[in-house]
Amino acid sequence: MEAGALVSSESKIESFEESFLPHLDAAYNLARWLTRDPTDADDVVQEAYFRAFKFFDSFHGGDSRSWLLKIVRNTCYTWLQKNRPREIVYELDEEMHVAPTGNPEKDLLEDLDRRELRRLVEELPPSNREILVFRDIQGLSYKEIAAITELPIGTVMSRLARARKRLQAAAGIQLPEVSAG
Amino acid sequence: MNCEDVRTLLDGYADGELDLVNHLQIEQHVVECEDCSQRVKKTAGLSKALSDDAFYYRAPNELREKIRISLGPPEREAAMERWWNWRWLPALATAAVATAVLMTMLVFLLPTRSADDMLASEIVSAHVRSMMIDNHLTDVPSSDQHTVKPWFDGKLDFAPPVIDLDGQGFKLIGGRLDYAAGRPVAALVYQRRQHKINLFIFPSDSTSNTPNKILLKQGYSVIHWDRSGMTFWAISDLNLNELQEFAQDLQS
Repeated sequence: MEAGALVSSESKIESFEESFLPHLDAAYNLARWLTRDPTDADDVVQEAYFRAFKFFDSFHGGDSRSWLLKIVRNTCYTWLQKNRPREIVYELDEEMHVAPTGNPEKDLLEDLDRRELRRLVEELPPSNREILVFRDIQGLSYKEIAAITELPIGTVMSRLARARKRLQAAAGIQLPEVSAG
Repeated sequence: MNCEDVRTLLDGYADGELDLVNHLQIEQHVVECEDCSQRVKKTAGLSKALSDDAFYYRAPNELREKIRISLGPPEREAAMERWWNWRWLPALATAAVATAVLMTMLVFLLPTRSADDMLASEIVSAHVRSMMIDNHLTDVPSSDQHTVKPWFDGKLDFAPPVIDLDGQGFKLIGGRLDYAAGRPVAALVYQRRQHKINLFIFPSDSTSNTPNKILLKQGYSVIHWDRSGMTFWAISDLNLNELQEFAQDLQS
């Protein structure tokens, strides 16, 4: 019996590795942006893979990347809650009080210095930051983001719009106001 | 549609995520409205800036190893020795015979999977393998189609078409030999942002062109088509929309 159990756990490890190790970069990128620290990202990703392996029996095929990223994301938030609880502040008001820091001559974020842009993204609240990481940095579709965050697609779109608006405001980029008509 | 209505959908529009009806309506509005057109431009500029590889943090190599080690039981081989015992032998032999009989029966009883489905699994495995092993991705790393194409000469019994799509945002990064469908095949590797695309090419059984077959498998987007006597399989962790764009660019 034990011999059999050992063999099956070996093949379980193999199929787990085959499904999830190819998504390690995506997992790390998300953790790195959410924790903003390479060592912490390392710890969180290891913890997330450990959890994923524990729950592997409940994974019935399908989109393995979304499944993994959902676990990485949850692990990140648990970690933040424990280690940096002050960072998880829910934005209750839609108003933004962000002092513009960008160069007024710059019209598009494309023109911003990369280091400056990275700093601006890092300073966004995690819920804004993650949605930009999912869509613009990782290139995921709204559907995939909805699966990972367990939000409706419409909410994904409005959160993304809010995050982009906030980032543009922080960069001092003026957006035309709504005109009637 | 006025600006107020349009504004809630502008991000979806800029991301190419709207349904056709909404997409066309916004498109129409943006042509006429300078303010909204500015917003789309700025949103697209932001997405473009952030899609730069410099913003994508790759996992350090040691992390992969650390995870592997943490998953595996400590000293796998030592564990094997501990469990192995000669008294298992008769039981194992009986089990082996029983398994063989069962397998033989299953072969006749199980419905066979379609050839396409099996090939799709093979393609996914080949893609995963190429991503897992360092340096396995390309045998001829080059962004020049005139370097990649002749490299296959003499290595394959067909000449795969090598198309430059740099202008469309899909950078050719090289080619390699792979094995699928029971034969050596050409694998071309393209890249968009940090996403690699494997394009497998080999002679097709028929000479007719087929429309794109699209599937999602293990989180990968896969598109398959036949054209000019060749079979093409494109696979990537890129989202399906962009991979379809890739397939269209190749076929145009």
